[in-house]
Amino acid sequence: MSSGVAVDLENLWIRFGDFVAVRDANVAINGGDFFSFLGPSGCGKTTILRSVSGFLEPSEGTVRIGGRDMAGIGPNKRPTALIFQNLALFPLMKVWENISFSMEVAGVSAGERRKRADELLDMIALEGQGDKMPSELSGGQKQRVAIARALCANPDVLLLDEPLSALDLKLRQHMRTELREIQQRVGITFIYITHDQGEALTMSDNVAVMKGGVIDQIDTGHDIYDHPATPFVASFVGETNVFRGKISRIDGNQALISTNRSGDLLARITPTQVGKMSVGDDAMMFIRPEALQLGEADASAKTTISAGTVNEEFEGNSFSVFLEGDGGKSIKMSVPNVGQDNISVRGKDLSLHYDANNAIMMPAGELASD
Amino acid sequence: MSSATIVRVALGAYLLIFFSYLLGPLVVMSLTAFNSAAFPSVSPWACFSFEWFRVLYDDKHIREGIYYSIIIGVGTVILSVSMGLAASIVLTQIWPRLRSTYYTLIIAPILIPGVVLGISTLVFWDRVGKFLGATDGSFLHDLFHNGIFLTILGQSAFIASYAMLVFVARLQRFDPGLTEAALDLGASHTQAFRKILLPFMRPAIASASVLAFLASFENYNTTTFTIIDYKTLTTVLAQKVRLGINPSISSLAFIIIVLTIFAALAFEASQRNRQRKEAIKQGKQKSGSKGFLPSFMRGNPAAILFVLLACVVIVMISVANSYSAKECKVRVREARQIEIQQRIDALKKARAAKELANPGQSQAPATGDKPANAPSGAFGNVFDPNNLTDETQEKETPGGSGAFGNVFDPTNLNNDE
Repeated sequence: MSSGVAVDLENLWIRFGDFVAVRDANVAINGGDFFSFLGPSGCGKTTILRSVSGFLEPSEGTVRIGGRDMAGIGPNKRPTALIFQNLALFPLMKVWENISFSMEVAGVSAGERRKRADELLDMIALEGQGDKMPSELSGGQKQRVAIARALCANPDVLLLDEPLSALDLKLRQHMRTELREIQQRVGITFIYITHDQGEALTMSDNVAVMKGGVIDQIDTGHDIYDHPATPFVASFVGETNVFRGKISRIDGNQALISTNRSGDLLARITPTQVGKMSVGDDAMMFIRPEALQLGEADASAKTTISAGTVNEEFEGNSFSVFLEGDGGKSIKMSVPNVGQDNISVRGKDLSLHYDANNAIMMPAGELASD
Repeated sequence: MSSATIVRVALGAYLLIFFSYLLGPLVVMSLTAFNSAAFPSVSPWACFSFEWFRVLYDDKHIREGIYYSIIIGVGTVILSVSMGLAASIVLTQIWPRLRSTYYTLIIAPILIPGVVLGISTLVFWDRVGKFLGATDGSFLHDLFHNGIFLTILGQSAFIASYAMLVFVARLQRFDPGLTEAALDLGASHTQAFRKILLPFMRPAIASASVLAFLASFENYNTTTFTIIDYKTLTTVLAQKVRLGINPSISSLAFIIIVLTIFAALAFEASQRNRQRKEAIKQGKQKSGSKGFLPSFMRGNPAAILFVLLACVVIVMISVANSYSAKECKVRVREARQIEIQQRIDALKKARAAKELANPGQSQAPATGDKPANAPSGAFGNVFDPNNLTDETQEKETPGGSGAFGNVFDPTNLNNDE
């Protein structure tokens, strides 16, 4: 997909007084990409979006859209359209007037506007609803009207600021698919802001994970999940178990960590840190709940954890088993609900093992939700 | 009696007192408009009459006053609504640190006495004229000493603050994201203002306009200084009260009250009608084809009242055109004359009877030198109608010469024989 327009952020700094909202962001977004900024609230992702749409001038650095420097160009002159978190549909205008607002301010005649609005209403499966007021629509319909209104302006880049956060779970999942379909149909660049990792992973070509104004990692969803670059990314995206300790041995791209409670554990060093870690360093090891399996490995593999069971939860497609872990935190393990009638393990001591390639080692750092 | 009943009765009594306190004066005043007596009064009731409406209509000063009041009202609405709207928008845009200072500054005119505003407007524009070198007879000089111009400015100085309060209340519910959305979709700032913010503010602009017009129409204390050689309704009325009033002012009050009730009912009726249509549209209520009332009055007491009141007013006007109080007035005048005659007769009779019973009474002070006897009536008969006639005799009598017939004379206590 090379039809769309690329967006480049170079050495972007945005400050509010003494507060640094965005610190030295460098992002190259390919034309036609579905690109997500993922991070907890207050991490600066909305600030980046506002600087792309033109509501905010960066303190330093440049924003380029299609290779053109956007400095000094106002939001009404940029080839972007923004979908607001609260949608910001104009409450006093009919649906079709909302959709065709960008044509109205450009001086297009009412007949033509109506025609285009009806075309877009067809596209979002709201045929014949053009004469309703926005307040008469349901949440999902408003959502689609907001998208149609933004698309009506024929933007090169569509910016979406957590547009699904106000919807209920079912509708949110439905809209994910729909958004992705619309993006592939119109072929323009989408920049999507979210704190929901599920949204980011399912829809995006590429994801940037942010924390406190800094971009920690830019990668495909798959790579972010499997090869997190920092402890923050590892703990923020998806569920994971953390083991802390000191490195006791390094063997190529694998390292051994000695933990307080679970003994020596072996894991692969994350790609960016290979060769940079040394024996005695404080380190963290991450294992996903689904990478843990019941049973013991052979003693020499150093990939066995023994612990008492604290609790278990039934989640429909799987069981979650919680075991005593380090520092008051429990270890979570996910057992698929296939062919087991009742595997109650409450109160038992269990042995778990894992493949060292599914566990990741990296220098100790800040975790999400600490 | 249970305590709940007591509370209910007390509440009823309270409401009765409260509403009679509020509306009583208006009712009494309205009634005086229909009494033919020349001074506004309800009792004694003379004749039911519409003549004061005619007097009001013929009063050139009041007509001119109303005319200028309306012109000034319209000017004040235009000026104060636009200033208030601008001020309220600035309040939402200004730096948060400056906001409370700005708010205090902009609200201050409400707290300044109207008299001060009036005088300062007068003085300020005179100075501005001088500063700009406006000479007597030049356009600027005339403008800065024009009563209408100055009154509009003087009133708008504080009415704009009222308007701003109305706008601020509405603006607080405005989502600034809407303006951003409009900008993002390619609108210029002017377009965003005209197409997004202004339509949102329309209800507030309407209510601020009504408020501003009423505040301007009834204003006296600022206007009285700035109006100079023009007149408004309030200044005309104030002059009339000073020179003595007649019930034509009551009839004006009555007309204003009726117009106010009309406007309130019309607003309420249209509001309810709209709500009903909305409800029908959403299928919450049936359109209800049954019933003999036309559809806009169905389930809408305000509309029914409106129509009833309109009927009453139409009947009143037609009655006023054919009805004449002449006969009644003649009757009243005759009755009055008879009454006065009767009173005079009664007085005469009483005096005759008195003279018969005490024939030497008027000469008494002259014959006897006992002052204690002389002042037989209260206050030593100084109010006796005969006193003035026998001035000469009284001069000779030491007893009855002073006020109160010398009862307080220090020598009185000695002659106790």
